[in-house]
Amino acid sequence: MKTLLKLVSLAGLTLSIVPPVLLFLGKMELDSMKLWMGVGMVAWLFTAPFWINEKTEEGRSKTEV
Amino acid sequence: MANRFFKKIVGGTNEYERTPVPAASLKGNKSFLGMYAGEHTAGTEFVIGPLFVAHGVAAGDLVLGLLIGNLLAVLSWALITAPIATSKRMTLYYQLERIAGKNVVRWYNLVNALMFCFLAGSMIAVSATAVGIPFNLEMPTLTDWLPRTPGWIVTVLLLGAVVTMVAIQGYNQVSKFANVMSPWMILIFFSAAIVGLSQLGVGSVESLVSVAQEVIWNGVPLPGMSRFSIWHVIFFAWFCNMAMHIGMSDLTILRYAKSWTSGFAVFAGVYLGHFVAWIASGILYAVFLQANTGSQEFAPGPIAYQTLGIAGAVCVVVAGWTTANPTIYRAGLALQGIFPKVATWKITAIVGGITSLAACFPALVMKLLDFVALYGLLLMPMGAVIFADFYFSKKMGFREEGALNSGSDFSLPALLSWVLTLAFCLGLNYFYGIEIFFLGLPGWFVAVAIFVILSKVKYPLAKSLAA
Repeated sequence: MKTLLKLVSLAGLTLSIVPPVLLFLGKMELDSMKLWMGVGMVAWLFTAPFWINEKTEEGRSKTEV
Repeated sequence: MANRFFKKIVGGTNEYERTPVPAASLKGNKSFLGMYAGEHTAGTEFVIGPLFVAHGVAAGDLVLGLLIGNLLAVLSWALITAPIATSKRMTLYYQLERIAGKNVVRWYNLVNALMFCFLAGSMIAVSATAVGIPFNLEMPTLTDWLPRTPGWIVTVLLLGAVVTMVAIQGYNQVSKFANVMSPWMILIFFSAAIVGLSQLGVGSVESLVSVAQEVIWNGVPLPGMSRFSIWHVIFFAWFCNMAMHIGMSDLTILRYAKSWTSGFAVFAGVYLGHFVAWIASGILYAVFLQANTGSQEFAPGPIAYQTLGIAGAVCVVVAGWTTANPTIYRAGLALQGIFPKVATWKITAIVGGITSLAACFPALVMKLLDFVALYGLLLMPMGAVIFADFYFSKKMGFREEGALNSGSDFSLPALLSWVLTLAFCLGLNYFYGIEIFFLGLPGWFVAVAIFVILSKVKYPLAKSLAA
């Protein structure tokens, strides 16, 4: 189950960076890019919390600039 | 184990508050690399990059200035903060208490808390610019100091209330959420740069250079804004976290480092957040200005939404919120040092109220560069005091940790170093027109000199030995 969550999270991150690259290369329209980035965000937002805090350090969150 | 380590650092249940960190709890460079990488991609980045564009920074000045300024910041962490942190292994507050005394630390806490409130307020305002998009909220402009509409006030106060309630509930969940969102936010900044450049017509290295120089950072400030030179960029990048490095706040973090070289780990965070993210958000703002010629509107939410869609707007909300929330919590902790008998939730509620009121004023966002510089400047002299006490007490012949070793709760040399340094900086600004970004450097030397001279008078080593 955790492996599946990680795969969806990875897909979410991929969808956050690949569509902009495709837009830059002229292979994707702006509206499609925004849609896929939104899908990527949802994928990351709803899967990463279930595994990421077990792996990464609990950082001193952003009081710095 | 790593989780527990950082919970100790950030949480209210900080261990080793009044004792040096033992060898068993020390951490290697990797731990600090991960932590610093995440924490410098914050809500402020959505404001600082665009403000550089608005201030008419030239492209070459920006890139070179950020490279030099960030390098100086990394060196300040590594060569000034980290060696003291790994030698003393104490929190900033306890170290300061031993040198300056409890009564001086109370004032330091008060100033710190107020600055945290205003910083959190600016981040709530940043989030509000994205939250207001579906409601067609009229956004603030570059020259606004006061709220434009009642709708802005209502949005900010509601958002402030939510953020405060979450802060009252505790800190760890928000901290975990921030960690979850950190990799995604960093990618969004990269995406912003790629999409922005595409929309500005960049298709080759040559066009990248010409667009950067002629469109994005064209060296012409927007109406009503002063022009920034390379020196502004260098000093801002160096001193935007002045409170943390030469101001010594990060003693609390780096005291866990096995070696002083962990101070260099900050380079990852600084070059991601204060180089990539500032450049990316500047590009986003340039796209917005191209699409809205002559617009004075300055609202990170709509700027990100226009280029990246819903992901951009959510990124602004998350970045602002995850910065505001722990900042409110930390302001509460600082105030609790002054009023230890008042319940934590009451203190946090009061801090949240002050923060929400402050957030109503767009001036906090529009003048964020000045505010960040002021925040560091106000706290920096106490870092200089710690530096001088550590390096010069024996060489210059005065007792180290004056308050502790004289059994006092009040050190006049420390207080005067703080007050007189700020008076000196104010004088440079008022009489000679030196901008706030440049005051930190001379101020640091003045603070060190005042502390050494007054400590020699007040706590002479010979007198101590005789006694």
